[in-house]
Amino acid sequence: MKTPFNVRNVVAAMVVAGLLLLPLYTSLSGNVFALTLFTRIVIFALAASSLNLIMGYGGMMSFGHAAYLGIGGYAVGILAAEGIGSGFIQWPVALATSALFALVIGALSLRTRGVYFIMITLAFAQMAYYVASGLARYGGDDGLTIYKRSDFAGLINLSNRVQFYYLCVFCLLGGLYLIWRVVNSRFGMVVQGLRSNEARMQAIGFPATRYRLVCFVIAGTVCGLAGALLANNTDFISPAVMYWTRSGDLMVMVILGGMGTMFGPVIGAIVYLVLEEFLSQVTEYWALIMGPLLLLIVLFGRGGIVGLLERGRHG
Amino acid sequence: MLLVVEQFLNGLQFGLLLFLLAAGLTLVFGIMDFVNLAHGSLYMMGAYFAATFVAWTGNFLLGIVLALGATLLLGIVLEFVALRHLYGRDHLDHVLATFGLILFFNDAVRLIWGPAGLALSLPAWLTVPVAILPGIYYPAYRLAIIAVALAVALMLYLVVMRTRIGMLIRAGASNREMIGALGINIQLLYTLVFGLGAALAGLAGLMQAPILTVQIGMGENILILAFVIIVIGGIGSIRGAFLAAIFVGMIDTLGRAFLPDLLRKVLSSAAASTAAPALSSMLIYLVMAIVLVVRPEGLFPANKR
Repeated sequence: MKTPFNVRNVVAAMVVAGLLLLPLYTSLSGNVFALTLFTRIVIFALAASSLNLIMGYGGMMSFGHAAYLGIGGYAVGILAAEGIGSGFIQWPVALATSALFALVIGALSLRTRGVYFIMITLAFAQMAYYVASGLARYGGDDGLTIYKRSDFAGLINLSNRVQFYYLCVFCLLGGLYLIWRVVNSRFGMVVQGLRSNEARMQAIGFPATRYRLVCFVIAGTVCGLAGALLANNTDFISPAVMYWTRSGDLMVMVILGGMGTMFGPVIGAIVYLVLEEFLSQVTEYWALIMGPLLLLIVLFGRGGIVGLLERGRHG
Repeated sequence: MLLVVEQFLNGLQFGLLLFLLAAGLTLVFGIMDFVNLAHGSLYMMGAYFAATFVAWTGNFLLGIVLALGATLLLGIVLEFVALRHLYGRDHLDHVLATFGLILFFNDAVRLIWGPAGLALSLPAWLTVPVAILPGIYYPAYRLAIIAVALAVALMLYLVVMRTRIGMLIRAGASNREMIGALGINIQLLYTLVFGLGAALAGLAGLMQAPILTVQIGMGENILILAFVIIVIGGIGSIRGAFLAAIFVGMIDTLGRAFLPDLLRKVLSSAAASTAAPALSSMLIYLVMAIVLVVRPEGLFPANKR
C-alpha cells in the first residue's frame, strides 16, 4: 500500500497545516496566549526531533540532549551580553559551539554501549550544567537576561510575535527536512543498519563509530539551533535549561509521540506541553495526573501516539 | 589536621550513605535489568516518612523503624502495581515510566506535606560531639550514620555471599533466564529485591534527613550520583558499588572542602571562589567520564562471561 494517504502522512499534513494557520486563528480570536504557547512548543518540537534522529533512527539513547539547548542559548546570551547583537554572528556561533560540544562528547561517549551510554551522556550534560552555574560573569545560577533579541539587520524582527513564530516554524520544518534527507540517504541507511545489527555492518566494512559520530553531531547542531530560538523566545537563559529533567522531558516527548517516526516527536511535544499547560490550569498538582499518565502510556501504548493512530486504523 | 580528619570522615559518611542508595539501584539494575529513576523518590519518601513518624510517635528510633517499614511497603506496592509489568521491556520504557513516577511523587509530597521542607530534629543523645582522637571532636550522629551504614553493608555482603537467597540474587544478576529455567520463583525474587532496594533507599533518605532539610526533589540530585556510582563500579556489582560509593563520597566532599584553597594558589581569589563550586560539582562527572572512556563496562563488571 504505497498510497500517499496513509495515516502518518495525513496526520503530518494536518499538523503542519495547523502550525502554519495558528497565527490566523490567534489574530482572529485575539488569543495571544496560544501563540506564545505554540512558539515554545515548536521550539521543543525541533529539539525533540533532533533527539529522535539519534535515538529513534540511530539507536543512541542520549540522556543529555538538553545540554545543546543550553549551549545554543548561552552562545546567544553571552554574545548579546558582550554587545554583539547581530544574529548573523550569534546563530552561527551557537550552531558551531553545539557541533563542537557534540563532537567531543560523542567521540568519548560512543565508546560505550547501552545503559553506560545513557549515563555518560547524562554526565556530560550535568558537567555543562555546572559550568554554566559557575559562569559568575553571566549570571551563574540565576541565569542571564537577554535584553535584546538577535538582530537580523531588518530582514526579520524577532520581537514581533508572529514573525518570530513563523521563524520557529520555518526552523522546525527545515530541521525536519534535513532529518528526513539524512535518514533516507545512504548515510542514514548505514546508521539505521548499525542500530539493527552492528556486527554485520562492521563486517561489511562500515566504520561504526565514525558514522554514529557524524549523526550525533548533526543532532546536536540542530538542537543548538533550538537553543538559540529558546533563548530568544524567553529573553533569558539559565543553567536550568540543561538540567537532567529537561533531557528527560525531551526523551518523553520523543517516546510519547513515537520514536523513529518523522512527525512523532512534533506530536509528542505538542501533546506533552499542551497537556502540561492544560493540567496546570485545572489543578496546581498537575504532575499528579501527568505522572501516572506517562506510566499508562508506557504500559499500554507502545509505539507512542503515532503507533496508536496506526494501530487504530488497522484494527 | 583537624579539618582534614573531619572532612575525611564526612567523605566516608557521605560515601556510605551513597552506597546504601547505590546498592539497591545496582541490585535492581543488575538482576531485573530495570532502570529505576524513581529510586530517588523512595529516598525522599523515606525522609518524609521519618519526619512524620518521629513527630507522630515522639520517639526517634520508633519513628525511624516505622518509616523503614513504610518505605519497604511502598517499594513492594510500587513493584506489584506498576513496575513488574515493565521487566523485559526496553530501557527507554523504564526511563519514561519511572520519570512519570518522579513527577507523581514530587507532587504527591507537595499535596500531602506542603511545599515547604520539613525538619527532622535529633534526640539529645545523638547531638553530642564525641572525641574520636584526643582533642578532635566529631558529631555523634555522623558517627552513628557511619556505624549503621557499615553494619548494613556488612549484612548485605553476608546475605548476598553466604545465604541461599543471596546465591539466587547473584545467579539472577549473571543469568536471568537460567535461574528461571531451574525452577526458581523469579517473580517473588524480583519483588523481594525491589523491596530491599526501596528499604535501603529509604534508610539513606531518613539518615540524611537530620543533616539536610527534608524537601521535594531531594532525591533527584543524589539519584544521579547513585547512577554515577553504579556505572563506575560496574552494573550489578555490590562490591563495585561499595568501592565506587566511598570513592565518590570522598572526591565530592574533599573536593568541596579543599579545592577552593588549592585554586586560590593558582588563580586570583575572586576567580577561585567562583570557579571552585562549579569545578567540585563537576569533579565526579569528570571521574565517571574518564572511567567510562578507559573501561566502558565500569571498574568491576558483574557478569563476566
